[in-house]
Amino acid sequence: MYDQTNALPPLPGVGYKPQHFIALMADPAPVGWLEIHAENYMGDGGRPLAQLRALAERFPISVHGVGLSIGGEGRLDPDHLARLKHLVGWLNPASFSEHLAWSTHDSHFLNDLLPLPYTDATLTRVADHIDEVHEVLGRRMLLENPSSYLAFAESTWSETDFLREVARRTGCGLLLDVNNVFVSATNLGYAPQAYIADYPLELVGEIHLAGHDEDQDDHGLPLLIDSHGSEVADPVWALLDLTLDQAGARPLLVEWDTDVPDWPVLAEEARRADRALARIAA
Amino acid sequence: MSAVSQDSFRAALLDASRPVPDGLLDGAGRPAGRRYAVYRNNVAVSLREALATGFPAIAKLLGDENFAHVAGLYLRQEQPGSPLMMMYGTGFPDFLAGFEPLGHLGYLADVARLELAMRRAYHAADAAPLDPARLQALDDDTLRAARFTLSPAVQVLRSPWPVLDVYRYTLTPGSPKPQATAQHVLIARPGFDPEPHLLPPGGAAFVAALMDGAPFGTALQAAGETFDLPATLGLLLQTGALTDLTH
Repeated sequence: MYDQTNALPPLPGVGYKPQHFIALMADPAPVGWLEIHAENYMGDGGRPLAQLRALAERFPISVHGVGLSIGGEGRLDPDHLARLKHLVGWLNPASFSEHLAWSTHDSHFLNDLLPLPYTDATLTRVADHIDEVHEVLGRRMLLENPSSYLAFAESTWSETDFLREVARRTGCGLLLDVNNVFVSATNLGYAPQAYIADYPLELVGEIHLAGHDEDQDDHGLPLLIDSHGSEVADPVWALLDLTLDQAGARPLLVEWDTDVPDWPVLAEEARRADRALARIAA
Repeated sequence: MSAVSQDSFRAALLDASRPVPDGLLDGAGRPAGRRYAVYRNNVAVSLREALATGFPAIAKLLGDENFAHVAGLYLRQEQPGSPLMMMYGTGFPDFLAGFEPLGHLGYLADVARLELAMRRAYHAADAAPLDPARLQALDDDTLRAARFTLSPAVQVLRSPWPVLDVYRYTLTPGSPKPQATAQHVLIARPGFDPEPHLLPPGGAAFVAALMDGAPFGTALQAAGETFDLPATLGLLLQTGALTDLTH
């Protein structure tokens, strides 16, 4: 029923920022594809859409939603689903992905990816919402693992089992954010390598990399913040190597969303992702 | 086992005086404490930064500290109505107008309205400008009966304050100091960059009438005795504000 192939190439990509438009059009190497945040391209016209049309002629595009609130207790916003359908319809991107999170409650959008308890009730709700996305968009989506700062007492599922079961019920693929894995594992006190070992890598259509900040909790324990405002940390690159050893080559995305650097800095991160892919090909 | 509803999670996010909801833990099973504050901070900072990006002149006029305070009050009162952050802040001008501690800065709300109009123009649908030759080809009677289509980017702001001068003085170094006067502003978008332009006397009424679909002759009457038609028409053509005409 749905296109089961992920059309993103197993190459480095970057999260697109308008200030990099000219540099990317002039010499994108080693970037082989781009990811956009869906909500930034839902205006009626102007420069954002003109740039996106130009980029889509040169690069495979991944549309990454940050506002659908798939884990929300209420129904999915039909207006927002219709906007996504419109964008995905005219752009025909190589991939569409969203988050295991909620962000809207009672029509108030909170502009953050908020956490979910891993319970049977959440599982049913998330699976129903993904079924609806599949139905409306007519394509299979990828679901991204969150970065966690806390846990829910009521949770009865591990995150990896939860994701595996959502994928089994809905047929969705997964977007593995290895920085989120590292952040969550550090924050909640488990080994990130164990998470990767438990994770259904065969379902991964895309991998995310990003920088994080370091803080401390009330007990002086490390509290990592998924800030997307710096270089990818060395232990996250190491976790990527471990993941690629087991999963094989996948599309790798470098995200940098706050304090966005000049193009050469981001291109260097993409080259590092390229070397990680070259290492497993050797 | 306490279940944490999204209702209670959200309520405590926006009100730091509320306790962290029960049932949120750290990795060792202790209460989440300031881990929950990460979400509080993410929401407040991201909405405040969206307002600072959308209202750069207001942010500069108030200064970082005051802006953070005012934005913090506003964002607790009004969160985005959709995930389209490009639309966030439509109620901010009215909020400023009703915010008594800033009552001595009467122009503030209109400067915010101008910034909102600029943002709307930036994201408005594309439209090809009218070829001036089509206008010149009309005889007087036909022109009077003609109706115009305006670009979706076009907006008119009428202010009792020198709103455009305050906006420029705040954001553009070297701009002249504002003098006490009312200003009417046309916001249009030739190409991709919105531009605010001062409208001559009668211009705002003229453009508003055209936008309402009135014939050119009726719009002329609405503009009044002192209307400077050549200047206004020149501005509309030069900024791509007119896109079509029917007669």
